[in-house]
Amino acid sequence: MEDNAVLQMRNIHKSFPGVKALSGVDFTLRKGEIHALMGENGAGKSTLIKVLTGVYTKDEGHIYLDGHEKEVQIRSPQEAQKLGISPVYQEITLCPNLSVAENMYIGRTPGAMQNWRKMNKDADKLLKSLDIPAKATQQLSTCSLAVQQMIAIARAVDTDCKVLILDEPTSSLDEQEVEKLFKLMRDLRARGVGIIFVTHFLDQVYEVCDRITVMRDGCLVGEYEIKDLPRVQLVSKMLGKELDDLSDIHGEYKSYEKKEGELPVFEVEGLYSNAGIKPFDFHIDKGEVNGFTGLLGSGRSECVRAIFGADHVLGGKVKKNGKPVKISKPIDAMRQGIGYLPEDRKRDGIVGDLSVRDNIILAQQVLRGFLKPYSKAEADKIADEYIKLLNIKTASADTPIKSLSGGNQQKVILARWLLTHPEYLILDEPTRGIDVGTKVDIQKLVLKLASEGMSVTFISSEMDEMLRTCSRLIVMRDRKVVGELTGSDLNQTSIMSTIAGGDK
Amino acid sequence: MKKKLVSVLVCAAMTAAVLAGCGNKAAETTDAPAAEETTEDAAAEETTDDAAAEETTDAAASGELIKVGIINNDPNESGYRTANDADMKAMFTEENGYEASFAYSLKNDEQITAAQKFIQDGVDYLLLSAADTAGWDTVLMDAQAAGTRVILFDRTIDADESLYEASIVSDMDAEGQTAVDWLAGQGLDEYNIIHIQGVMGSAAQQGRTGALNAMVEANDNWNLVTQQTAEWNAEKAQQIVQSVIDSGEEFNVIYAENDDMAKGAVAALDKANISHGVDGDVIIMGFDTNTWALEELLAGNWNYDGQCNPYQASYIDEVIKTIESGGTIEEKVIIMEEKGFDAETITQEDIDKYGI
Amino acid sequence: MQTNETKKAGASSFLGRMVRKQVMIPLAALLLLFLFNLIVDPSFFKIELGYNSAGNPVLSGFLITILDSGSELAILAIGMTLVTAATGGQDISVGATTAIAGSVLLRVLCGTNSRPETLQAPIIVAFLVACVVAMLFGAFNGVLVAVFKIQPMIATLILYTAGRSIAAWINNNELPVVSDETLTYFGEFIPGIPIPTPFFIAVACMIVIGLVLKFTNLRLYTQAVGINENSSKLNGLNPVFIKILSFVILGLCVAVVGLIKVARISTINYSVIAKDIEMDAILAVALGGNALSGGKFNMTASIIGAYVIQCLTTTLYKFQVRSDALPAYKAIVVIVLVIVSAPVVREKFNAFMAKRKVKEAA
Repeated sequence: MEDNAVLQMRNIHKSFPGVKALSGVDFTLRKGEIHALMGENGAGKSTLIKVLTGVYTKDEGHIYLDGHEKEVQIRSPQEAQKLGISPVYQEITLCPNLSVAENMYIGRTPGAMQNWRKMNKDADKLLKSLDIPAKATQQLSTCSLAVQQMIAIARAVDTDCKVLILDEPTSSLDEQEVEKLFKLMRDLRARGVGIIFVTHFLDQVYEVCDRITVMRDGCLVGEYEIKDLPRVQLVSKMLGKELDDLSDIHGEYKSYEKKEGELPVFEVEGLYSNAGIKPFDFHIDKGEVNGFTGLLGSGRSECVRAIFGADHVLGGKVKKNGKPVKISKPIDAMRQGIGYLPEDRKRDGIVGDLSVRDNIILAQQVLRGFLKPYSKAEADKIADEYIKLLNIKTASADTPIKSLSGGNQQKVILARWLLTHPEYLILDEPTRGIDVGTKVDIQKLVLKLASEGMSVTFISSEMDEMLRTCSRLIVMRDRKVVGELTGSDLNQTSIMSTIAGGDK
Repeated sequence: MKKKLVSVLVCAAMTAAVLAGCGNKAAETTDAPAAEETTEDAAAEETTDDAAAEETTDAAASGELIKVGIINNDPNESGYRTANDADMKAMFTEENGYEASFAYSLKNDEQITAAQKFIQDGVDYLLLSAADTAGWDTVLMDAQAAGTRVILFDRTIDADESLYEASIVSDMDAEGQTAVDWLAGQGLDEYNIIHIQGVMGSAAQQGRTGALNAMVEANDNWNLVTQQTAEWNAEKAQQIVQSVIDSGEEFNVIYAENDDMAKGAVAALDKANISHGVDGDVIIMGFDTNTWALEELLAGNWNYDGQCNPYQASYIDEVIKTIESGGTIEEKVIIMEEKGFDAETITQEDIDKYGI
Repeated sequence: MQTNETKKAGASSFLGRMVRKQVMIPLAALLLLFLFNLIVDPSFFKIELGYNSAGNPVLSGFLITILDSGSELAILAIGMTLVTAATGGQDISVGATTAIAGSVLLRVLCGTNSRPETLQAPIIVAFLVACVVAMLFGAFNGVLVAVFKIQPMIATLILYTAGRSIAAWINNNELPVVSDETLTYFGEFIPGIPIPTPFFIAVACMIVIGLVLKFTNLRLYTQAVGINENSSKLNGLNPVFIKILSFVILGLCVAVVGLIKVARISTINYSVIAKDIEMDAILAVALGGNALSGGKFNMTASIIGAYVIQCLTTTLYKFQVRSDALPAYKAIVVIVLVIVSAPVVREKFNAFMAKRKVKEAA
């Protein structure tokens, strides 16, 4: 037993029908440390955490708390809570129809719910101390995704917790919000709380963590001090192979050169929708990769949604190869050869209960029309082709998409749009919440498609990802386009300064 | 969301219950008054319609219209109710010396509201077929204070007799007894009866079942092959009879508590080529004297149909006439004459006159 | 996630089992009922060839009765399955709209005379008019659900309450009786064919829906809309249209049922025709193992579910269980279903099976 350990998990096993999710994993968390839990999607991180928080019961293994000899049994989230283990999950697990304060106190402090005024006051105080822009009485669903995530964190840290688990907490936060969160995490560390931090952002790991545990395919790869593990090594441990894909991708970008006299594939003028964006102009050429960048909530998604007709378009013109076209709903855009991979995969992308096969053929089946379904054999052939092409990891084409890991779900959605052979593909946050390997795959794919003549708009919160793939960036601030960067301007500094605005 | 769903289901269930209750004409009159006199004799039947018509011409001539407020159940409820409403509308006209207002509802509280409005409007008579037996005391006292006379028809209520002038009702027990007596009169060696009941607990079902049950208990040669409720529903009756046929049990009487169910039963017999009606193997009995049912009788396909008289208007008219001419109503509960028709004796005239 | 070949095979065969399992739910129930009848009274399975009163050959027996009487429910189960899948809710007005369809049919057949000597219009015309009317009422429900976003059960509560009055109003509260023999062919037997016509009609409906599901994208579109409306919209589908379409298809089913019901007794009783059939139709869908919250559906299972309910009804009639107690037995079925399909029970069951497998292996 390590003296300093606040949590020790030994030889944890967990199986699901058909899948061994964890086999003999060890994990140690010390007092006052931020410990990154790293691994590709499907490595078993989420399962390990669910075992720890009592959502799943482990098949085998032991858990010790505070260095005690006696192992603890965690059979339910309530028991975990009592032991001081508080999770904040990747998917927000609050109740959107309740108020912020209710969400923070529900099921936790008996009695708090009876004294509404006190509860609201406490909640406001806590929100203020954490700098969260929300009111206690506000209905949760009216808050942005980022604020909802922060409220979930507030809920977790407000309890007297020894082990705080943050499962992808930053995936929907912008940089300022991330900074606030890190400040909070460091405060908590100073108070002796052990923090388990699950994330895909390598930068964040190196910025805030003390130690890293790497998992792969349900097994433990190893535990490392942060200073002993350079990034490239971390990535290769996560991927399980010695390669440097991340550096590979450099130098491939900006290969695009506009051909003389060619009209843009798509061009919009003064387009705006009911989602609150200011009218904007935009164009994309054949074989070009460009991107919208800006802080969270700057309107980058809303712009592409307007182009695709996903929101209610209120005004503006759209031209395809110089000819005006009318796009008022997604099917119009699809008929014009546009594909759109939406930002919120779970809400807008996957059709959860349907099989991988049906999810792949969906958009193309809509385009072909009601009376022209693929035969079973055709559908199988297409599904197999794209599963192989994009290296989608699924038990079979019949597996419901919801049981795939996030990265593989995203690949299925990508396959769906590739099948429609679009001239113009819009990818809104295609790499959010997915593992490094898949991220690189997707970036490479985007560049390959562009080289074959497809136009792609790429949106990502990760600036270096944008820099690696896009030859032109449209910068947004406060729901309007504030700049366009190409060539030598494409670097972090100029993007930052454009986003920040002010005198130049 | 769950709560919402539950409340919807509860609502739905309640609506269903209401509808079920209304499938039958007199579902709510649980304590129908005991039979005091059953005027069976068809010859003694006064041609009240004609008499009333004559009298009322006089009233109309005198120029003073009698104001009546009529509260009835929804005429869509059943064929019985439709006939009942048409009868009331035909009787209480200006030609007959009446100024009539109508209100329809299947809900007691709506009926009470309508009654209060009629009382305020100063009607002379309030004619009432109550949806529910309870809750009428206050409004009837108001009526008394305002000098409005109340006559109940079709359904009784739980209120003191002094609060109304008369109550004109059917006697379901008598209906059943008439039918069973007729059946006994057929003189079969053995009675193997398929008994198809109406919605359980309704007054019509209780009355029509009671008489048959008593007979079966008292006589060894009367057997019930099956006794099932088809809830006034032809298809269910068909299934019940089909089930007996499929199981190969012997029977020679189908006693269905309304015409629809008798029709369903006959459909099952036809399918199995079992003869029925006059000279057939199975005796078919129905109730309610639907025109089409009486035609089946005339054609000899059925044997018996019992009446449940929806024509209370002439009785009411008579009561009003008596009161207006200063007479008194001796017996407040007036039981309507109800006939039973036999396939052997029915005529086209009967059909035209009694078919609903 | 392990991806070696054996694991893959294991997972896919597990999924295969799950897929087969859904049809197994109603099939198992059906077998259970048959088994019960076989043990208690094997005459349940006796089928005889006889002649009806018109001298035509007819088959009779409990099994024939089940096939005959279950037709309406099976047809409604088809439409109800689609509505359930697309909207995640159920239409509780099908009984009332059946009354409307039947009433329209009779109105057209009888014209202004409620007791016509001869039919005033060909049956096919009357049926088509009934189809159009029933589909319009279906579309009405669909618009309430899809456009005005009213919960299906609440939206259809309107016609559930008003439908039978509308049906009565269509025929001026009269009860038309048709004496034409050809109409009875649809509810009983076609001369010379000993199998009840409603069964053929039901089979025709099944074939039609089978072909539609095979040769159109109805299944994919309906499921996609039912599972994820947002996503469907972004894939170019029009969820409003798909939902209304499902109600319109149900309306068509209702019209067919109206024809059968009216043909069975050559008349109509507005207050009791197809009474409580909506609950049976919903139960059929549930019995078929389909989630009442929408999404994926299995049409075959729903249809078998419908016949299971009829089998239960007929069995209970056979044993002379009070027919007003029938709902209680159905309630038991519902309870068992709900418990069996509860995630907790499934998880336990799967764990149990897994353990047994491990033991067998050892």
